[in-house]
Amino acid sequence: MIFILRTAFNNAFRHWVRTCLTILGLTVAILAFGLLQTVITAWYSKAASASTARLVTRNATSLIFDLPIHYKEQISGIQGIGEVAFAQWFGGVFKDPKNFFPQFAVSKNYLKVFPDFILNEDDQLAWIKERRGAIVGRQLADRFDFKVGDKIPLQGTLYPGNWEFIISGIYEGSDATKVTDRMFFHWDYLNSRLAGMPANPLLKPNTVGVFISTIELPEFAARVSDLIDYSFENSNAPTFTETEQAFQLGFVAMSDQIIEAIRTVSYVIVFIILAVMANTMSMSVRERTREFATMKALGFKPNFLTALILSESILIAIIGGSIAVILTPPSAKAFQLATDSIFPIFLVSQQTVILQIISSITVGILAGVFPSLQVYRVRVVDGLRAIS
Amino acid sequence: MRSNLVEINNIKKSYFRGGQIIEVLRNINLGVPEGGFTVLMGPSGSGKSTLLNLIAGIDKPDSGSLKISGLDITGLDEGELAEWRSGNIGFIFQFYNLMPVLTARQNVELPLLLSGLPAKSRRLRAEFVLEVVGLQDRLHHYPNELSGGQQQRVAIARAVVSDPTLIVADEPTGDLDKQSAKDILNLLHRLNLEAGKTIVMVTHDINATHAAQKVVNLDKGELVDERTTDH
Ligand SMILES: Nc1ncnc2c1ncn2[C@@H]1O[C@H](COP(=O)(O)OP(=O)(O)OP(=O)(O)O)[C@@H](O)[C@H]1O
Ligand SMILES: [Mg+2]
Repeated sequence: MIFILRTAFNNAFRHWVRTCLTILGLTVAILAFGLLQTVITAWYSKAASASTARLVTRNATSLIFDLPIHYKEQISGIQGIGEVAFAQWFGGVFKDPKNFFPQFAVSKNYLKVFPDFILNEDDQLAWIKERRGAIVGRQLADRFDFKVGDKIPLQGTLYPGNWEFIISGIYEGSDATKVTDRMFFHWDYLNSRLAGMPANPLLKPNTVGVFISTIELPEFAARVSDLIDYSFENSNAPTFTETEQAFQLGFVAMSDQIIEAIRTVSYVIVFIILAVMANTMSMSVRERTREFATMKALGFKPNFLTALILSESILIAIIGGSIAVILTPPSAKAFQLATDSIFPIFLVSQQTVILQIISSITVGILAGVFPSLQVYRVRVVDGLRAIS
Repeated sequence: MRSNLVEINNIKKSYFRGGQIIEVLRNINLGVPEGGFTVLMGPSGSGKSTLLNLIAGIDKPDSGSLKISGLDITGLDEGELAEWRSGNIGFIFQFYNLMPVLTARQNVELPLLLSGLPAKSRRLRAEFVLEVVGLQDRLHHYPNELSGGQQQRVAIARAVVSDPTLIVADEPTGDLDKQSAKDILNLLHRLNLEAGKTIVMVTHDINATHAAQKVVNLDKGELVDERTTDH
């Protein structure tokens, strides 16, 4: 055993330039694989961290149509419903359209429905008191260096005019997976300014985009959703209710094909490095045909030689894979910064690391299988005649 | 007259290459005396290596029998042959065939990995045999740090370390200068005389016949001359 490992190691570094290049290729491939997998994870992370214990109620026709604010009382009255909050998409531009971040006009009890966002009590009180007050998430604050007390000018897009908000507090995520890239401000403020504007059929006051309600028993989510939708069935704005997770997945699903393409590419990369490495291994084993034939002549069985070749190729794969695993988190960080934080959460998941390790080892094993077969087949007398 | 360690009866061997059958050995009958030094000679392509490979059990004849210590090895399968070789045959090649990634001592230890000996005894034994061939101060050198003659001595140490019944050598001096060739021949001669090793050697070197007790000549796959010289 010690002999096999030592010999495999020595063999691996006989042509150290070649081996280092193979390791480099492997590192790059496994790193790329890890980053692509992380893109996929990041894509789904919003939905994954979304709750199944909250229901989102929207206009049954489409999300672009609003719902009347007075639905809140009716929803609250339904059995199984806890707190009901609501939110309206604002869509303002901060200085430049490329600075995009989500802004919502929300009800005063919004944070009660979202314990995922943590804001200290003083800031909560300050926010409630300030008519134009807004709270921003930690990731958003870090991105633009927002501080409490800053004034944020937003150019309205859906809602015309110039808007100015004052930051009353910065909320944190309850854990590292929570996306905190949003800004929340008072729906009352939006609504009062809307009431003062000339009538516009698309911008009616007293409407909201979605109601978000907590439910006491998540296992009855489907049942409670039906109850809500049933009670508005014959109104002129019927509703559609689903869990928050289903709601978020609905957004992600729109880009499902892109995600599948990225996933495929990530595996193609692993496959390419497998082909490259299998070729390199065959080459170096072929160069050593006479050595293997000599060992066979001395009485070593093909299994022993296979162990020798597999150890060598797995060793190379593990070295390359380990370097990649170590480099993935810092590369992910760099990637996130370079892409201007399109992905507010871009963490390398444990599953990605496991996939990286599995694919490295698989590459090592498969790359060693072909040359092992070569050695298995070669006859001793023919192998001994091979020139080295 | 000594008894024969190897008994070859009516052996035939042909190769099939490029759609045509090449008869390499025809009706070979030969005995190799136990404890003797047998030399196979003959022109290039006469089938010397082929015959030696058959005796060493790394190739199989088309027909005939090949008994070594009474065991007909033509009936063994690949796996059995491999095991049999590890216990009975010591190999010496023209180009030494040492493992370049192993030191002299590790190369000599190599066949002992199959013996089940503990690591320490393997090491001691390898060191002892390297001392016998005069390389006690080269234990930790790699093959590429040794001269051709020294490499061949490591190979000889590797061939004898597991105390095989038969040592086969295919042109062991073919790649060496005159002096080294002489040293190697002397060493083999000593192994034969002092340790009583049975040796079969293929060579073109006429000097080798001085040490030999039996000289066999092959030509075009046939045994044309067989002389026993008792020293
Ligand atoms: N594996 C093989 N496939 C095809 N032909 C072979 C093979 N091995 C040997 N031969 C042929 O068998 C014949 C005898 O070969 P062999 O190597 O036994 O000769 P030799 O006497 O050892 O020659 P030399 O002195 O040059 O080493 C040659 O014609 C050779 O071409
Ligand atoms: Mg030959």
